[in-house]
Amino acid sequence: MTKREKDIIIQIKESLKEKIISWEERTANRHYFTIKKGDIVAVARYLFEKGKARFITASGIDTPRGIEILYHFSFDHHGGKVVTVKTLVPKDKCEIESITPYITGAVFIEREIQDLLGVRFLNHPDPRPLLAAESWPKDWYPLRCDFRDTQFTDNTKQEK
Amino acid sequence: MSRNRKTIIPIGPYHPLQEEPEYFELEVEGEKVLDIDIHIGYNHRAIEKIGERMTWDQVIFLVERICGICSTSHPIANCNAQEDLAGVEIPERAKYIRSIVGELERIHSHLLWAGLAGHFIGYNTLWMWIWKYREPVLELFELVTGNRNHYAMLKPGGVRRDIKEEDIPYFLKVLDEVERKVDMITKAALDDPVLAARLKGVGILTKEDAIKYCAVGPTARGSGVAIDVRKDDPYAAYDLVEWNVITQKEGDVFAKTVVRLLECLESVKIIRQCLEKLKKVKGDIAVKIKEMPPGEGKGHHEAPRGETFHYVRSDGSNTPVRLKVRAPTYVNLPTCKATVPGESVADAALILASIDPCYCCTERMMRVVDKKSGKVLMDGSDLIRLSQEKTRKLLGSYFEREDRYKC
Repeated sequence: MTKREKDIIIQIKESLKEKIISWEERTANRHYFTIKKGDIVAVARYLFEKGKARFITASGIDTPRGIEILYHFSFDHHGGKVVTVKTLVPKDKCEIESITPYITGAVFIEREIQDLLGVRFLNHPDPRPLLAAESWPKDWYPLRCDFRDTQFTDNTKQEK
Repeated sequence: MSRNRKTIIPIGPYHPLQEEPEYFELEVEGEKVLDIDIHIGYNHRAIEKIGERMTWDQVIFLVERICGICSTSHPIANCNAQEDLAGVEIPERAKYIRSIVGELERIHSHLLWAGLAGHFIGYNTLWMWIWKYREPVLELFELVTGNRNHYAMLKPGGVRRDIKEEDIPYFLKVLDEVERKVDMITKAALDDPVLAARLKGVGILTKEDAIKYCAVGPTARGSGVAIDVRKDDPYAAYDLVEWNVITQKEGDVFAKTVVRLLECLESVKIIRQCLEKLKKVKGDIAVKIKEMPPGEGKGHHEAPRGETFHYVRSDGSNTPVRLKVRAPTYVNLPTCKATVPGESVADAALILASIDPCYCCTERMMRVVDKKSGKVLMDGSDLIRLSQEKTRKLLGSYFEREDRYKC
């Protein structure tokens, strides 16, 4: 078992050698690595199809350098290792390739990130808004740092 | 004569049966469902955004309010994430208490679902029976934590309250009773021709689909995918006790029911071992986390419905920069797209319920007003007083209640 556990991390490191920019091992079961935006589909497909990982979820964070998207994968049969793939999307060209065509489980979360952080997922099979109402203004993204929730109340006051 | 005979049947936005804000559009031809479209987001409460303004301790109370049924699973996942971030190991006694609370919750949640499933298929006897046996579990919660739901038992670094030594005999007695009844119901359900006719072969989720949709919990285990965070990535006391992961390979609604009922029995086994260990393991129930270093933390917990995942990021201040919550229904709900098409409309409602979508049942009475005089007879403060009196009564007289749950 321990040999197999070691194997999966080494395997990922070897197979994705050219794509990994940096690797961080916080504990034995919690790993993070950074890749370029363009490599996400290849990396996600490798982890899901070859590595037999389970896609847990993705999360987006608004940082000064751009919007960071983290894809969390769990290797349930390799000691429950949780590996996070990090990638950075610049705010001026806020789009990234969708992984939903290959991992169906990502269908909701990509639509959610699109609503809340304004990252466009290219080639998503169903890119309708998930959480935002029809009347929600197009360029308001609640999880971005420059969003103020008073924006909404100010607007309704003006309407009145 | 070619006519388009397709019809759209809307269910929701407020689901009449499951009482929760979700909206399904069923595209049907005659009785048969051709396609399903799922709309969510009617009750988005911006928990993640609110979490960014709260301190690390307050976040635990916030995430506890996400759900009323599995109200301890989010705190456990969040504590795991915060402890991963801070690099803290919790005391052994706290580990056992966490597991006990987590497993008690699993029993009450699974029994709640099994009862509702009975109600959905018009089998109200099953519903009333099962909910009757769920009640002692809620009273155990009241005894240990002081509340039926929203227990506030966890804090980063350990637990808030200890389980008293003198409570353990009563605890074990109720567990024996619950085990006996769940065992009886499981056997009855497995042999029942009515249940088998109604649930077998309905809404089959294949193993390939379960993996493709990244399903978790009983939804995945009912389809033969043996994943369980408690076994795969042990936390709390799950690696210190003996228990099994329950799987079924059929993938239909019946298999999910069997998984849930058998898991209740496993939970009883875990709690019993934890209580035995509590008698021997003494010491602190929490360690103090002095400060949160900058960095990231990931934590998960196997909630009754599947894996709950929390991700936190810290910049070294007393509030999180980002809190990400992934509840199990979020990945289980899309599996309906694989299971519902091809089934009849009557089965669709059952299949939609079979993933055990999560909703809150903590609403109790709010206010009683006399219609004629308009006088308020009872309000929230009376309710709190009644509730506190009941807890006190429960604490005072549990030794005298020999025959209470015999039938």
